[in-house]
Amino acid sequence: MTLDKIQIGKKARIISVAGEEKLRCHLLDMGLIPHTEVLVCKTAPLGDPIEISLRGYTMTIRKDDASKIEVRPEGEV
Amino acid sequence: MLAALVGNPNCGKTTLFNQLTGSNQHVGNFPGVTVEHKFGEVTGHKNWRVVDLPGIYSLRAYSGEEVIARNFILDNNPDVIINIADATNIERNLYLTLQLIEMGKPMVLALNMMDELLGNHGSVDVEKLSRRLGIPVVPITAAKNDGVEELMTLTAETAMNKQKPKKNDICKAGPVHRCIHTVSHVVEDHGERLGVPSRFAATRAIEKDREITERLALSENELELIEHAVLEMERESGLDRHAALADMRYRYIEAVCNETVVKAKESKERLRSERIDKLLTNKYLAIPVFVGIMAFIFWMTFSVIGQRLSDLLAMGIDAITAAADAALTAYGLNPTVQSLVIDGVFAGVGSVLSFLPIILVLFFFLAILEDTGYMSRVAFVMDKLLRKIGLSGRSFVPMLIGFGCSVPAIMATRTLSSERDRKMTLMLVPFMSCSAKIPIYAMFTAAFFPGKGALVMTCLYLGGMLVAIIAAKLLSLTAFTGKPVPFVMELPNYRMPSAKSVLLLMWEKAWDFIRRAFTVIFVATIVIWFLQHFDARLNVVGDQSSESLLACIGMWIAPVFAPLGFGDWRIATSLVTGIMAKEAVISSMGVLLHVGTDALAAAISGLFTIPSALGFLSFCLLYTPCVAAISTMKRELNSGFKTLLVVMSQCCVAWLVSYAVYLLAGVII
Repeated sequence: MTLDKIQIGKKARIISVAGEEKLRCHLLDMGLIPHTEVLVCKTAPLGDPIEISLRGYTMTIRKDDASKIEVRPEGEV
Repeated sequence: MLAALVGNPNCGKTTLFNQLTGSNQHVGNFPGVTVEHKFGEVTGHKNWRVVDLPGIYSLRAYSGEEVIARNFILDNNPDVIINIADATNIERNLYLTLQLIEMGKPMVLALNMMDELLGNHGSVDVEKLSRRLGIPVVPITAAKNDGVEELMTLTAETAMNKQKPKKNDICKAGPVHRCIHTVSHVVEDHGERLGVPSRFAATRAIEKDREITERLALSENELELIEHAVLEMERESGLDRHAALADMRYRYIEAVCNETVVKAKESKERLRSERIDKLLTNKYLAIPVFVGIMAFIFWMTFSVIGQRLSDLLAMGIDAITAAADAALTAYGLNPTVQSLVIDGVFAGVGSVLSFLPIILVLFFFLAILEDTGYMSRVAFVMDKLLRKIGLSGRSFVPMLIGFGCSVPAIMATRTLSSERDRKMTLMLVPFMSCSAKIPIYAMFTAAFFPGKGALVMTCLYLGGMLVAIIAAKLLSLTAFTGKPVPFVMELPNYRMPSAKSVLLLMWEKAWDFIRRAFTVIFVATIVIWFLQHFDARLNVVGDQSSESLLACIGMWIAPVFAPLGFGDWRIATSLVTGIMAKEAVISSMGVLLHVGTDALAAAISGLFTIPSALGFLSFCLLYTPCVAAISTMKRELNSGFKTLLVVMSQCCVAWLVSYAVYLLAGVII
């Protein structure tokens, strides 16, 4: 499953981050590395991008880019 | 002594810089407000200078800012690095810390926002953290100036003793560890020549960092050895090089944090942000609220506070001008010189200065939007719209600043990590009507559309945006066919804007405006006065002045504007002076028509019809930005030719749109 498919308010654990190298490196630097727990907080009013929270902070990522992040869904908050 | 201030975006770096230097620098909550590094003398510490480097997440050189920060440390060799980290978001902040430690320079870690962490029942064992990282650590709260003096004392000590970070193996035994050590041996000598520790050189080489490997000047053979070691690591660890190194660092950070940090269970600030976001990024309300906020700001600026203060100031300036005129006449000054002082300097600079309050009020609101963290929500909400024209939500903020002034807006485009987005955004910024054009709109509204100021302004602003959208579409189909960059951005918690930083920003803008009024605009008005009062043989000419140099230039260009309904040479001349500064369009009209600020509206209403006035407004909205903006653009585009091309095409667009508006208005009215 990929991060963009996770329901709002659900948590997931990152398995792998793929995609174009620049973006991928930036995501790794921001702490989106395998085993990290991510909470999907909300969708922007126009339906994209999404807001996610990890390691105690919040960031935004487009659905397109989130679809490159393979995750394992976890339970509800 | 020189200290370099390095840290993530939104960790309070600029706040600390202001506390250290008392400088009037811009503080912002939007990731990456600091686009260039700024210097400041440290107050109370003689011979200490501190440089504020752009906010970065990593030394990987993913964005222009990372390159600026990293190269500054490598090339300028500061005596000490002050690494500021947000204690409430410590894991991600320490990631940069670990990379900085690898550079092996004397370094101090300032743990900021300690009040927030402690207030939410979290804590940090500072001594233990310092031992585990091998560098001095100081807890501070930059916003309240807590711990800043201790930080400076410790920074000075560290720099005096040239105290480098203690050697610290942050990788556990395993494939990554083996790989780093193998590569370290290979690059050791090269690193020494470059003045960087072998570990830094090794990690950069493992990640195939092009710039650093070039600087290291590795041989084919060595590169092959490194590649071999990396491939072995990738096979054994099951992770590729980038993920393996990031994983190693984050694992170390997690281990250190488990020992030294008690994280806050629930953050009051986080919960408050979530509540605010329920409204501001609400599915249905976000965009109406945003439009409402902007409308409120424009209304306050152009109708309520700013305009009234401007009127008052204009009255004061007219009174002073009249008094000075009377005094000079009584003194019996040479009439030509008196004309220079009164008609040239007083009339020109005075009419521009009266718009100072409007600029102050607009920047007051923009500073608040930026400081609270609302700007990054705007980027979040607007991303999808901007993506339609091939940009990202981040471009929204520079464009929004463009409504204030194109110069800082063009400078702010440097926060965009993609070259393509950066160039495209800075080409579109001038279509956002800058505040210096307000005098033109205000004067024409007074002359042709009394009482309909808000409507005319709204149409102009929306018109500029519409042209920008069309231009963006065309650009992304022609010159910028590349892929739009990924949009990954932190959403910091909302914070109360600090009165200090808002006032500092207003002061900075006011000062900038006054300085321009007395330099660029001062010179412009004198040049105009000279051209107006002398003919080609340098004889003084009378007020009718169809013989003057200026009249010659105006008459030469005027035919270009004849199809637009304003072929008068005085209008053409004013537009030319507008290249110096947009405010000068109105001031030189005043000079050319021989009237003061109060009578100007009446004077111009004789020169235009309503359709041609609308055409003229559209032309002013879109044609070339002022010299200051052009020079900024040239610096950012790094090409005089491209800048000229942009300026010329803007003039063409302006002419075409103006012609269309003139024809259309003629049909309708």
